[in-house]
Amino acid sequence: MRYHRWFTPWVLVIPALAWLLVFNLWPSINTVILSFTNARPIGGGHFVGLKNFEALLHDEQLRWALLNSVIYMVVCLPFLTVLPLLLAVLVEKKLPGITFFRTAFYTPVVASAVVVALIWQWILDDRGLVNGMAEKLGFISGPLPFLSDQWLLLLSAISLTIWKGLGYYMIIYLAALGNVGRELHEAAAVDGAGPFRRFVHITIPGVRGTMILISILISVSALRVFSELFILSGGKGGPGGRDNSVVMLIQQYSQGFEGNLGYASALSIVLFFVTVVPMLVLARLNRRGAEA
Amino acid sequence: MSVVTDPARPAVVEAPGKPPARRRGSFGFNTVSPREKVVRYVLLAFVLLITIGPFLWQLSTSLKGSGEDIYTRIPRLLPAQPTFDHYKEVTDTIPVWDYARNSLVVAVLVVGGNVIGASLAGFAISRLQFRGRKIVLGLFLATLVLPGEVTIISQYVTVREFGLANTLFGVALPGMIGALNVLLMYNAFRALPLEVDQAAIVDGANAWQRFVYVGLPSVRGTISVIAIFAFIGAWDDFLWPLIVLTDPNKYTLTVGLQYLSGTFSNNPRLIAAGTMIAFIPIVIVFATLQRFFFKGVEEGAVKG
Repeated sequence: MRYHRWFTPWVLVIPALAWLLVFNLWPSINTVILSFTNARPIGGGHFVGLKNFEALLHDEQLRWALLNSVIYMVVCLPFLTVLPLLLAVLVEKKLPGITFFRTAFYTPVVASAVVVALIWQWILDDRGLVNGMAEKLGFISGPLPFLSDQWLLLLSAISLTIWKGLGYYMIIYLAALGNVGRELHEAAAVDGAGPFRRFVHITIPGVRGTMILISILISVSALRVFSELFILSGGKGGPGGRDNSVVMLIQQYSQGFEGNLGYASALSIVLFFVTVVPMLVLARLNRRGAEA
Repeated sequence: MSVVTDPARPAVVEAPGKPPARRRGSFGFNTVSPREKVVRYVLLAFVLLITIGPFLWQLSTSLKGSGEDIYTRIPRLLPAQPTFDHYKEVTDTIPVWDYARNSLVVAVLVVGGNVIGASLAGFAISRLQFRGRKIVLGLFLATLVLPGEVTIISQYVTVREFGLANTLFGVALPGMIGALNVLLMYNAFRALPLEVDQAAIVDGANAWQRFVYVGLPSVRGTISVIAIFAFIGAWDDFLWPLIVLTDPNKYTLTVGLQYLSGTFSNNPRLIAAGTMIAFIPIVIVFATLQRFFFKGVEEGAVKG
């Protein structure tokens, strides 16, 4: 038996549903449609068949972008699955002042990627803090080109992403740690297990599900990287455009008179498939692990 | 929310005549040995230096006088000739306050839209029976696998067709009701026992009254997390406003900052001042609201 008129739920759901249809579902369909056209940022365009997809195959910048994305993901994954867990363990215990530390560790997450990338740009400058100190301490004789060398630039952006992500994943782990039974820790401690063994044998299995979820989040966000690389490379995508990410290419084709929304849509479809792969792989791993 | 003490984890009671801490390796879990405490605080301080250090360095750069050598190899955190001149110069040359106002307009629209839209929909899907409920829920879930960047181009086409390209409303519009927020609200409302609803029905409350007087008060934690995240997300967003906005007068702070960094690339002090103007408001917002945020986290609003 229902206690409301039939349309009441619909009245409440309609705004959210409208947004979902207009700004999520329709754009996903429209992306596929657009990818067969040569639509321009200002409007217009017509059907061009598979031309955009043929062009994808010969796009050297896309090849670099995909390589960069894979490197980005492979480097980010181990650091961002492990370090935030250690941090969460560190801030879990309610010591005096712990709220301050939790909030402070979360600050890089709250700051805009543009803000932190500009800060890092200055720190990694040829005459910035890192090069200055390294020279002073005699590690290097000349400045390292963090922002102008193809690989160093990529590495700088990756470190920035890791630094900015620490607090985010720390909080997710912190919520998960709350569910790990304290009795297990106490029992293990009574049996003589030190903090390290308890971490390996109790904490890690206890947050396993969260770890898989976090790995998916890390992979997908690494493949979607934009602001860090865009700002650190000054919007140019590094030497010869070899430090672009897929999203940076999409953005480049999205505007200006030479912009091509059709090609940008084809790139979006590539991005979709690239991000779906790690999701499927990790979901599968999760299932297999659960069976074992 | 009432305080429930987990029976497995009794609240810490500081008994006056407590026996001294047990021997090494087997401390009670509510006490921390002095040595562990020192180690923990040293580690905390180290991480603090890594996470906060860069912000302090930028703040320091922005306050250093024009005559001061900012490139010195021995870094000085405290400015020798502290000055606010660079803030004045940045705001004089580039309409930073307008950018900040634009960002605020977008953020307020996004927060309002999400808080209202997501709680209405979340309530309906979790607490009201209706035909098609499962399908609606499935639709919201399905969009989660789709990264926003994949549809950003056709979203732009949609916004352009509405005649909202190059407007602040166009920047705010697509993000005003996020699918994830609807699901978070759905989850939060679901945690409320059905008996509460039934009691309210017996008392003659209609759906709207149950939403306002029964539902909403019990999900305040999740609402604040959604509001905080929506604000931060809108304030910090860069790619979407970069695509939608072409007119420099309409730039939001992040797009404006990128423009500023191109203009002043030879003077790090000015860029530093600009970044601080974008950074400080969001830090204040977060620092004031952090206890709601961490409380919401404990209620499970962030678990994904």
